[in-house]
Amino acid sequence: MRRFLRPGHDPARERLKRDLFQFNKTVEHGFPHQPSALGYSPSLRILAIGTRSGAIKLYGAPGVEFMGLHRENNAVVQIHFLPGQCQLVTLLDDNSLHLWSLKVKSGVSELQEDESFTLRGPPGAAPSATQITVVLPHSSCQLLYLGTESGSVFMVQLPAFRALEDQTISSDAVLQRLPEEVRHRRAFEMVEALQEHPRDPNQILIGYSRGLVVIWDLQGSCVLCHFLSSQQLENVCWQRDGHLIVSCHSDGSYCQWPVSSDTLQLEPLRSCVPYGPFPCKAITKIFWLTTKQGLPFTIFQGGMPRASYGDRHCISVIHNGQQTAFDFTSRVIDFTVLIEANPEAALDDPYALVVLAEEELVVIDLQTAGWPPVQPPYLASLHCSAITCSHHVSNIPLKLWERIIAAGSRQNTHFSTMVGLAPAPAPPQPRARLAHELLRHLLQEWPIDGGTSLAPAPPQRDLLLTGHEDGTVRFWDASGVCLRLLYKLSTVRVFLTDTDPSESLSAQGEDEWPPLRKVGSFDPYSDDPRLGIQKIFLCRYSGYLAVAGTAGQVLVLELNDEAAEHAVEQVEADLLQDQEGYRWKGHERLCARPGPVHFEPGFQPFVLVQCQPPAVVTSLALHSEWRLVAFGTSHGFGLFDHQQRRQVFVKCTLHPNDQLALEGPLSRVKSLKKSLRQSFRRIRRSRVSSRKRRPAGPPGEVQEGSSRAERTGLQNMELAPVQRKIEARSAEDSFTGFVRTLYFADTYLRDSSRHCPSLWAGTNGGTVYAFALRVPPAERRMDEPVRAEQAKEIQLMHRAPVVGILVLDGHSVPLPEPLEVAHDLSKSPDMQGSHQLLVVSEEQFKVFTLPKVSARLKLKLTALEGSRVRRVSAARFGSCRAEDYGEHHLAVLTNLGDIQVVSLPLLKPQVRYSCIRREDVSGIASCVFTKYGQGFYLISPSEFERFSLSTKWLVEPRCLVDSAETKNYSRLHDRSGPEKASGRARNSGSQSDGEGVLKEIQSTLEGDRGSCGDWRSPRVAVGYSLSNGGGCS
Amino acid sequence: MNRSHRHGAGSGCLGTMEFGAEFRRFSLERSKPGKFEEFYGLLQHVHKIPNVDVLVGYADIHGDLLPINNDDNYHKAVSTANPLLRIFIQKKEEADYSAFGTDTLIKKKNVLTNVLRPDNHRKKPHIVISMPQDFRPVSSIIDVDILPETHRRVRLYKYGTEKPLGFYIRDGSSVRVTPHGLEKVPGIFISRLVPGGLAQSTGLLAVNDEVLEVNGIEVSGKSLDQVTDMMIANSRNLIITVRPANQRNNVIRNSRTSGSSGQSTDNSLPGYPQQIEPSFEPEDEDSDEDDIIIEDNGVPQQIPKAVRNTESLESLTQIELSFESGQNGFIPSNEVSLAPLASGTNTEFETRAPDQKLLEEDGTIITL
Repeated sequence: MRRFLRPGHDPARERLKRDLFQFNKTVEHGFPHQPSALGYSPSLRILAIGTRSGAIKLYGAPGVEFMGLHRENNAVVQIHFLPGQCQLVTLLDDNSLHLWSLKVKSGVSELQEDESFTLRGPPGAAPSATQITVVLPHSSCQLLYLGTESGSVFMVQLPAFRALEDQTISSDAVLQRLPEEVRHRRAFEMVEALQEHPRDPNQILIGYSRGLVVIWDLQGSCVLCHFLSSQQLENVCWQRDGHLIVSCHSDGSYCQWPVSSDTLQLEPLRSCVPYGPFPCKAITKIFWLTTKQGLPFTIFQGGMPRASYGDRHCISVIHNGQQTAFDFTSRVIDFTVLIEANPEAALDDPYALVVLAEEELVVIDLQTAGWPPVQPPYLASLHCSAITCSHHVSNIPLKLWERIIAAGSRQNTHFSTMVGLAPAPAPPQPRARLAHELLRHLLQEWPIDGGTSLAPAPPQRDLLLTGHEDGTVRFWDASGVCLRLLYKLSTVRVFLTDTDPSESLSAQGEDEWPPLRKVGSFDPYSDDPRLGIQKIFLCRYSGYLAVAGTAGQVLVLELNDEAAEHAVEQVEADLLQDQEGYRWKGHERLCARPGPVHFEPGFQPFVLVQCQPPAVVTSLALHSEWRLVAFGTSHGFGLFDHQQRRQVFVKCTLHPNDQLALEGPLSRVKSLKKSLRQSFRRIRRSRVSSRKRRPAGPPGEVQEGSSRAERTGLQNMELAPVQRKIEARSAEDSFTGFVRTLYFADTYLRDSSRHCPSLWAGTNGGTVYAFALRVPPAERRMDEPVRAEQAKEIQLMHRAPVVGILVLDGHSVPLPEPLEVAHDLSKSPDMQGSHQLLVVSEEQFKVFTLPKVSARLKLKLTALEGSRVRRVSAARFGSCRAEDYGEHHLAVLTNLGDIQVVSLPLLKPQVRYSCIRREDVSGIASCVFTKYGQGFYLISPSEFERFSLSTKWLVEPRCLVDSAETKNYSRLHDRSGPEKASGRARNSGSQSDGEGVLKEIQSTLEGDRGSCGDWRSPRVAVGYSLSNGGGCS
Repeated sequence: MNRSHRHGAGSGCLGTMEFGAEFRRFSLERSKPGKFEEFYGLLQHVHKIPNVDVLVGYADIHGDLLPINNDDNYHKAVSTANPLLRIFIQKKEEADYSAFGTDTLIKKKNVLTNVLRPDNHRKKPHIVISMPQDFRPVSSIIDVDILPETHRRVRLYKYGTEKPLGFYIRDGSSVRVTPHGLEKVPGIFISRLVPGGLAQSTGLLAVNDEVLEVNGIEVSGKSLDQVTDMMIANSRNLIITVRPANQRNNVIRNSRTSGSSGQSTDNSLPGYPQQIEPSFEPEDEDSDEDDIIIEDNGVPQQIPKAVRNTESLESLTQIELSFESGQNGFIPSNEVSLAPLASGTNTEFETRAPDQKLLEEDGTIITL
């Protein structure tokens, strides 16, 4: 292998660096933080979500994703797609309107902002006159009607946002055109509803908050009909044929009004309070949808009895005598119903209910009996219980992948499969077909499938495992743009907890009223914080998994395709050993459930190692070949033989002065309380002193006096600036025994002639322990015990926490993972040349020789830059030019949020990019690197940002949304009629089209390029950063 | 020049003759003084003390008693002979280290008066100073020749953990001259010195000094936390470049004679002679390389690279240097009688030994 690892500014090296490294933030996985608006385009079949930070995200078929960010960081209040267009209008809470469009550039669609506009009233008008409450894009796509708080409806011409002032429909104008008997009431106030006649673009409906609804003739400027309800109006729905209006009101009632111009409607046709007779909350939005069975679907938000269920977030569906109130665990932001998109079709035939709740997106299949939920392929609610740790495993073997999916599919039986829908598009390349089939099996059918994903199929299967506060581990498919839940593992079953685990969400009494049904997975309430998962280690070859938690519990699990009932063997590891006089003041250990426990197919625990004291497990390593698991806490570390199920050894790393570690987290709380008390005291003191200084003078001087007091206050502030103590780290610092990292290696620990298994541990105090292990050969594995003996101890003089240990083989390549060589997936390590030990502390990288440990090289990161290493991982960087060329380097994240690549074995910094804001402590703490130079970190509790340091391994959305496609689609509709199923068969149908064939060829070409190894997508256009995931080009 | 010189023989203070002194005269080839070891052998031969370890010193042109213990200072000593070189010999185990140093020969007057008036001596114990090479430096001003006059580069040596570095830094702003005129730029400043800490005891750093560099790396653009981490990471060999808040002591550097210890014109800091190192490269110093490796549960061993002379540290005498007491009773006189001086020194030394032990426990480190 060629190696260009010469120091200095070597042009060849610089060129090679460009071929190897490139930084991109590619895609955001998960659910947007603080969503504030929902939009849906029936023609594009694309969903849009706006957030309180001004982002809009568009989602279509899996892999079709766009993101845009408003320059103003204001909350997005409303999103409206222009009918049939690749354009949408957003309304922000600063009352500005923005026009966005999806434009095709070099074969890929991009989301970009075209125009923005703020409605201006006549001079001197109150600000409420132009405060927009409702936006109605007209079907002509030329006009936008804007309902305001003043009751006026303004008209704005698109796309330039030209206000047509002469065409404003003021409430006075409406009043004059109303009959006498209605005119006397103050029926107007703000506009609550604006609707276009489903059939006649010349009529619009205007609903005012005081209960008046009028149908306005745009050409004749006259009132065609008016309806007056006695209650405050919340929203209006116009039946598809235009003959019926359904209004919903603040008292929890809804009314039906037949539309006929010749009769005056004084009373509604029917009025009903669905959850009466006791006072109810408002129904804020209603859908009245016709079906071919004749009975309509009534779907509305709210309306629950105020006293007993007023705090619920419900959406009720009523159809054919069936009524269900879907009960969400978080506030409902907005919802929409997916109906027949063709405006010519006679019936709505709703097929899915899409609800945007504050913390998750829930889609309900309205065609399958029982209205089951549909599992979304994206927008996964990562934070349904808070994420406590994450672990990434690259390149999962197909066998394990299938088994995990099989285990997961058994958990997802409550999800709808939406059968009867058209099959998904054919996979672009045969190589990925199998995985694709599996995906499809899991994915079922997803009703929101607009756009075409042009991204090639992922070249390998990656798993992202997240540990959660409630004791679950979720397995996510992180191979592509869509982060999808494959399988969920719960460790709760092993322990005795207050709640009965058999209680399920779906268990609801039949005769209960209202007919509530819990939906969604967001459940942030943990029964017991001790269940929280802190460390995860999965062996991708053997299916062994180790999971460790907050209360010192370490579980070893094995993948089993069958359900089983067995007892979990429990072993205690006393990490304090014979240390005397210590008292653990922290939490108790968890109580293990005695006797056999039933486990579902999937990962089933068979051993529980309980650390004593039950402090949080801070490091974990699993060696599936040797059948060993190592674990560490703030007190020490231990090695457990999970084949023979016995402890090999424990080592206490505690320093005698380390009181904090012994007392547990409670003492920290105390000190926080103390410091709070002190700071309050300080504030009080400064207040007193400033009061004293205030001069007692005539009232005229009070102003001056107080301002002077303020000034002195400011001076006091300046007198006590933030200062930092400069002190060398001493051995007596707290938490020096905290085990930060554990590492198994087969290397030359004792002498240079024989290599042996070894376990390495690094502590917070800069100590590295090395244990030589003797693992009996496979045939005597059960007979002879595993032996361990301490071989080395290294105390780094700078005493910084050791965050990574790695052994490099004779070619300076990191040793392969266990079983990797056995599975022919890695070259066997070079055992001829001399091995080297790399110790990464928070401050330095150091290479030592082995077996005689002497320092060879170092990189003093902190001494040079003042930054500290937070995460380090060895990664292979492939070249984007040479197919088989790659180098192993270290990917490093610092406390400043910078990402660096440090070369191996010479420790030369290669590149540096700023990635995470340095203030974003949780983002930095959550970062994980993959083995191929990508990484993930949390940008909010519910979203992972995916980034890539590699030119070769890049997962980003590349997709096409085309209005031509839309036309194509609607034509298809005309041909196939109102038959919905075929209407959704866009992908299969479009292939018969000339255009479709072209597209198919194009996507195949894309796929082929992907298959030949280089699946780096060329960055196409400026401004791409805006459209997709905020990546930098 | 092939001239021979007469040399004054030093006074050998042998333990058996408490008040006695021996004088020898011999000649040396000035152009070819030979090696120190040969010279040492010669002295032992001349005094007939072949197996006694002695300390050799000489009086330089300023009248300072300076040590001769290697080739370099031996050559220097011979070259300064004008024409007589006075050499002083003391038995090592009884050596009075305080005899060496600036103005020591003149100070001997004081020593003499102390001997003559023992009551006075009891009240004001004289300070004993060991050999310069037996001290470890704790701080120094370096790179004076390459830095602007308004800056000062200070090196703090941190050995072990017995004394804290002892200072705090803060954010602040300083005024810089830029192409756009005067501009306020953020900077890092020393905000506090811990009493008794290393930083304070050097006297080279003061509150409100602006920190410009840490171990050769500029701090501009770095956050307070970054600079803190850099300083802590370099704490074993911390070199900080500051712009002292008090510029008074920096601008008069021209009058300073460089290189000789104790000749500082730094008025406000009289007790801190400054040692100047000609050049400095931050990567030279790998004082933090000495990670401890324990192999097979064996004896701790330092990584072999750059092993320090730990023995000299063991035998370190920690003495408080007090200029006031040192110059107390200073009598300017050129008439130095060697014989009583030598014997006086001996007496002084004999009575001093227990005090020295006491002082050691104070643990105050001398600055050089």
